Amino acid sequence: MAAAHACSSAAAAGEAPTTGEHRMGTTIVGVCYDGGVVLGADSRTSTGMYVANRASDKITQLTDNVYVCRSGSVSAHAIFKIEAFSLLFSHAVNEHGKGRAQFLGISSRFFFCPGRAYIDGWKKAADTQVISDYVRYFLHQHTIQLGQPATVKVASNLIRLLAYQNKNMLQAGMIVGGWDKYEGGQIFSVPLGGTILRQPFAIGGSGSSYLYALLDHEWKEGMSQEEAEKFVVKVVSLAMARDGASGGVVRTVTINADGVKRNFYPGDKLPLWHEEMEPQNSFLDILAARSPDPMVQ
Amino acid sequence: WQQAMGSHTAGGSQAPPPPPAAAGGGETQRTQYPYVTGTSVIALKYKDGVIMACDTGASYGSTLRYKSVERIKAVGKHSLIGASGDLSDHMWDDGNSLGPKEIHSYLTRVMYNRRNKFDPLWNSLVLGGVKKGPKGDEKYLGMVNMIGTHFEENHIATGFGNHLAIPILRAEWHEDMTFEEAVKLVEKCLLVLLYRDRSSINKFQIAKITAEGSTIYPPYSLKTYWGFSHFENPAQGAVGSW
Repeated sequence: MAAAHACSSAAAAGEAPTTGEHRMGTTIVGVCYDGGVVLGADSRTSTGMYVANRASDKITQLTDNVYVCRSGSVSAHAIFKIEAFSLLFSHAVNEHGKGRAQFLGISSRFFFCPGRAYIDGWKKAADTQVISDYVRYFLHQHTIQLGQPATVKVASNLIRLLAYQNKNMLQAGMIVGGWDKYEGGQIFSVPLGGTILRQPFAIGGSGSSYLYALLDHEWKEGMSQEEAEKFVVKVVSLAMARDGASGGVVRTVTINADGVKRNFYPGDKLPLWHEEMEPQNSFLDILAARSPDPMVQ
Repeated sequence: WQQAMGSHTAGGSQAPPPPPAAAGGGETQRTQYPYVTGTSVIALKYKDGVIMACDTGASYGSTLRYKSVERIKAVGKHSLIGASGDLSDHMWDDGNSLGPKEIHSYLTRVMYNRRNKFDPLWNSLVLGGVKKGPKGDEKYLGMVNMIGTHFEENHIATGFGNHLAIPILRAEWHEDMTFEEAVKLVEKCLLVLLYRDRSSINKFQIAKITAEGSTIYPPYSLKTYWGFSHFENPAQGAVGSW
């Protein structure tokens, strides 16, 4: 029996599952609580309708005290070329008490030369991973030169610079969160296009559409660490229940004065929502346990 | 076919894009696009008849919009139809007692003729049944899709099941499986689809058809496994963000 599986699959499944660009249709969340921040994300990476990775890690470390949630494209086709290598920033340490120096323009004691990055070669949507790799590299240098940990503001602005100056070629929405001794816990949103906004909480990714109303309703200032973490898990798992592009496990990263704590909430430990049912080992267990009320014709 | 589903930029539209304006002639319908869709259906023949299973979800673009949809229906006394694809194009039951082979033929003609008019029913339909024939109870399992491709087989899967479930079925199906073996095999396929198909949900429905008649069981959920150590900290030891 020659089966014409190939023809039927194309029509039913739509675009070929493996030739699509890897996209992190995603749900990412960052919230400030009293004493730090909690970042949360789902773990699904898909190519077309196929789940390429069901347990990916979308929360990436930039420095000891700053992490970034990544959403957007993860194709590996873009090449960055950094033009200016010297990245000395006038910043925080001296300026902080004296009223802010603008990150980019106003210099004071240090010569300031922002790096300019542009995409070489293929004009494809670029890599959130490449952005975070560059920023980690810059921050490493910066930390050495500064003599102390980078601030969350500096880290977010570096992300923003890359996102803004390459806006035509990037598809990356990021949420930067961390803790520093000047401002405590901070969350910065860097959506497509390179806007930067400090917010008490931020959501991003395709799953975030389902969360705007929920957060408008349920967000409150000054949560404790436990409340904040529970809240993030609840919120990400609700988005995962409705967004086909989000799923898998919930990962959280909690950053405060004492350091960083990573947590992992596997898919089977998440709460059940509307129309979801208690999972079983097999249908046979259900049949054995009770006599069901089947709809017999 | 243009992919009508799938999300674009972060936070972008979840709804499927509207169909383009018909090229030429106002009255003739052109190729439509699916809106609310069901994903894979799996079916296989076993000792007493045919078992069919699918999840109970219906997606609207990339949104998992409806979660308690029955995509397997009994048709007549001898058959079950499982449908994937557009929900509004599902066939209806007109109550007569055609056998499964006849229904399959009928559906094939309908699907193929619509396709010829460039107005397809955007479905892949799985047809299973048991009817008394000259050699006793004959099991029948076949499928027909939106372009009119149709065939008969011992095991069928539509949508993503073609890629993920068929290899498993080919390896593990054998003649005269018991109901328990058949359920276990079908659950293995359903679990793989749950992990790897974006549009599947954790709520399934199993149905069977035997010489006595059809039974569509109530929906249930399966346990999923996330306990691999590498899942917990995949970035550990990684160079950079990968």
